[in-house]
Amino acid sequence: MNIKARLTGAFLAAVLSTTALNGAFAADDTIKVGILHSLSGTMAISETTLKDAMLMLIDEQNKKGGLLGKKLEAVVVDPASDWPLFAEKARELISVNDVSAVFGCWTSVSRKSVLPVFEELNSILFYPVQYEGEESQRNVFYTGAAPNQQAIPAVDYLMENEEVERWVLAGTDYVYPRTTNKILEAYLISKGVAPEDIMINYTPFGHSDWQTIVSDIKKFGAAGKKTAVVSTINGDANVPFYKELGNQGVKAEDIPVVAFSVGEEELAGLDTAPLVGHLAAWNYFQSVDNPANAEFIKTWKAYTKNDKRVTNDPMEAHYIGFNMWLKAVEKAGTTDTDAVLDAMIGVSVPNLSGGYSTMMPNHHITKPVLIGEIQADGQFETVWETPGLVVGDEWSDYLPDSKDLISDWRAPMSCGNFNVATGKCGGKGS
Amino acid sequence: MLTRLAYRSLQSLLVTFCLLITVFATDLRAEDDLRAMINALGEGNFSQTAKQVEALAKTGDPKIVPALEALAAGDLYQRKSDKQVFLTKSSGGTLILIDPLSGEEAGTEASGALAKIKVNNSLRRVVRSALGGLTLMSPDAGTRLQAAQTLLRTPSADALEPVETALAAETDARVKLVLERARAAALLVLDRPDDEKKAAIEIIGNAGGQDSLSLLSAALASADDTLKPDIEAAISDIQDRQALWAAGQNVWYGLSLGSVLLLAAIGLAITFGVMGIINMAHGEMVMLGAYTTFVVQEIIRNSYPWLFDWSLAIALPLAFLVTGAVGLAIERGVIRFLYGRPLETLLATWGISLILQQAVRTIFGPTNREVGNPSWMSGAFELGGLTITWNRLWIIVFSLAVFAALLFLLKKTPMGLQMRAVTQNRRMASSMGIRTPWVDALTFALGSGIAGIAGVALSQIDNVSPNLGQGYIIDSFMVVVFGGVGNLWGTLVGAFTLGILNKFLEPYAGAVLGKILVLVLIILFIQKRPRGLFALKGRAVEA
Repeated sequence: MNIKARLTGAFLAAVLSTTALNGAFAADDTIKVGILHSLSGTMAISETTLKDAMLMLIDEQNKKGGLLGKKLEAVVVDPASDWPLFAEKARELISVNDVSAVFGCWTSVSRKSVLPVFEELNSILFYPVQYEGEESQRNVFYTGAAPNQQAIPAVDYLMENEEVERWVLAGTDYVYPRTTNKILEAYLISKGVAPEDIMINYTPFGHSDWQTIVSDIKKFGAAGKKTAVVSTINGDANVPFYKELGNQGVKAEDIPVVAFSVGEEELAGLDTAPLVGHLAAWNYFQSVDNPANAEFIKTWKAYTKNDKRVTNDPMEAHYIGFNMWLKAVEKAGTTDTDAVLDAMIGVSVPNLSGGYSTMMPNHHITKPVLIGEIQADGQFETVWETPGLVVGDEWSDYLPDSKDLISDWRAPMSCGNFNVATGKCGGKGS
Repeated sequence: MLTRLAYRSLQSLLVTFCLLITVFATDLRAEDDLRAMINALGEGNFSQTAKQVEALAKTGDPKIVPALEALAAGDLYQRKSDKQVFLTKSSGGTLILIDPLSGEEAGTEASGALAKIKVNNSLRRVVRSALGGLTLMSPDAGTRLQAAQTLLRTPSADALEPVETALAAETDARVKLVLERARAAALLVLDRPDDEKKAAIEIIGNAGGQDSLSLLSAALASADDTLKPDIEAAISDIQDRQALWAAGQNVWYGLSLGSVLLLAAIGLAITFGVMGIINMAHGEMVMLGAYTTFVVQEIIRNSYPWLFDWSLAIALPLAFLVTGAVGLAIERGVIRFLYGRPLETLLATWGISLILQQAVRTIFGPTNREVGNPSWMSGAFELGGLTITWNRLWIIVFSLAVFAALLFLLKKTPMGLQMRAVTQNRRMASSMGIRTPWVDALTFALGSGIAGIAGVALSQIDNVSPNLGQGYIIDSFMVVVFGGVGNLWGTLVGAFTLGILNKFLEPYAGAVLGKILVLVLIILFIQKRPRGLFALKGRAVEA
């Protein structure tokens, strides 16, 4: 009884103190920014970094004088890698905390779960992760890569520079790898690759025993044609996968692996010496050599007080998204959702890979595509990049259902899935 | 006579001198040429660099080997000021320059003043085959073997001549064998008479293995009709042999997966199997063991790098102590109040698992931590047609050793006797003077400590992240329930059965469906035999 009473007391005190904290900051002269990233559960491994990056960006902006003469205030919530909780927390951010924009989500399923909330309450979400495309929503800005800004150029690179003729598409079993692989398969076949030269393999989340699959890949690669692996393996499963590749002696010179979900952060948990030469396709690498990036890395290391912290692509996406939002709010003169949504399109801000990114009418942005090889120090070295910027293509041209769809959120059309064949708004995904 | 002799010797001396000068001069000129060619590596794009590498390889001069090796390793830099190319060694923030030909140190330079000569995979391949050609005559048999293997894997028409020269001079039987095959591989890509090619096909066909298959498949694509039947026969011959080995390989993979399951489950076999506590925090004990390994390695890396190969041996007892202590604290702090209330225990231990996860996340951060493989746990070796990786082999050995030690502890020591007595009949044991609460606490600590040891092993093949334990908790319960609660032998047999079953299903059903099928089979099995493979019999069951 005594213990129970004490526990209840402690709990009440904790609740009171958090409310008190919230209250203390909830002054009217601030503009609130919501951060919706998991700080616990499976996805914390990736999303915690993004929360820190957002706090740093907001901090830096406040040092420069805030926005519209007001200070910015971050409201952090923890959806705990629980997809329905994402929707609840998004609702809390918008209706209870009254935030002007939300930066958040990582997995596609978490994004899908918050979409109806943002539509219903008319707020803005910035989504910073590379994803499978096939979506364009009025209230969402996609600052990560669409498949044509990551997967397709990577395959092109392998075809042209490594003369790859046989393909293993390996992925974790969920929506992003399945859709991406569907697009890639259609693309490869359109390029004249025979179906028997494509092997598709899915594994469960957190798969840790890669012996069979790696030896299958070796076998598949012994058919006398140059073979490559396109990996959409996500999250924790990557470390054992790469360890097994290293141990079974799959060298990048023989069978290169190009990954879409492995960045500097994921490599931090690995000894990369046996992996030198394996590839990743992103829109940003920490190793990109330009003053803006050097400054960003310096600020990040100072902010986290850790000299070993690395930066990665989704962080850059938040950097771009946040700066675009600042610019759009300044242009609109208000944080009112509709005005900002209009002002966002066409906004152009510098990115960290040495150019400018522009928000397109389909709510996707322009980015360069970089192919990097893993180095022994856990960084990537850019070995190829697109000559110019690539516009994010939300509806893939290689899938029969979506090739006729376009998205344009400017005034007369205002449609996320306009069918050019039938001339009507509304098609798949409406 | 004397003058004549003096004249002669003077003459010969002069001749020698002249000869020496010319030799020296050509040597110098050749070295200048080489240096110019090496400097040219810094110019242009990947394909231009690749051409330079090929030109360098044509000189056949072994002096360029260090430069090419450095290029492939990414240690070749160009000084921005004078476009000179150097090998480098990093020391702190600066780089030590090394002359590419003489191997002497040539001062230091800040890394900003140097530009790295970039390499990509295709360039690395060019360098590799160039090195293969250059190191064929190396005095070291190991290097020669490697060179021959490289040439075998990447056959080219240019390679035939150096391979034949090397073959004539080779004395080591192993190298000779590989060289024969490399010669055959080169013949296959050359335009040669059919009977010569047929002999080559036979040599490669007899060699067997993945590489030969790859060579023959490549040859098949461009072969004419007279050769096709031979190649096809050789390919199907290799495939037949491989099919046999494939079954062996599956058994091996199954054993290896089984050993991982055994390690993860064996601690649970104590806490759940022997004591009957549904311990949802078991996975977190594994995780704590893995993090202990990380901390030990981190300290070793920073202070005693020469100890690195011993890091796991040092981590083992520490992990046992750390997780054992945590287990003891959990038992004394929470579980002892909940004996006989399985549902509350389940909830409480699940809460503890969340607390432990978040605590580790707060202390070590949410990202993966790097735990390195000691050299004796890296790489693989071939055993017939099997590829056996060292880390898996050691984990199997280790899991069996842990099992044997635990069995000995339970069956042959006074502590084990007390443990069994308490779990079989608590009141009787108590009457005999056994302090049952302490035996409970120590048993739980033992189970936790063993989970910690498992964590040390699992850190070698899996992520070290706060989520590490979650991946194993379900599997562990599955193994213990399947094997029969309360029976260590059941856990052993259960783990290896599930491992092998999984690995035989995986090639046919895929990893996702394979896992589902295993679960379905277990459910069906439990329906038939609710107490698992090796059910405990007698009065203990009713208690």
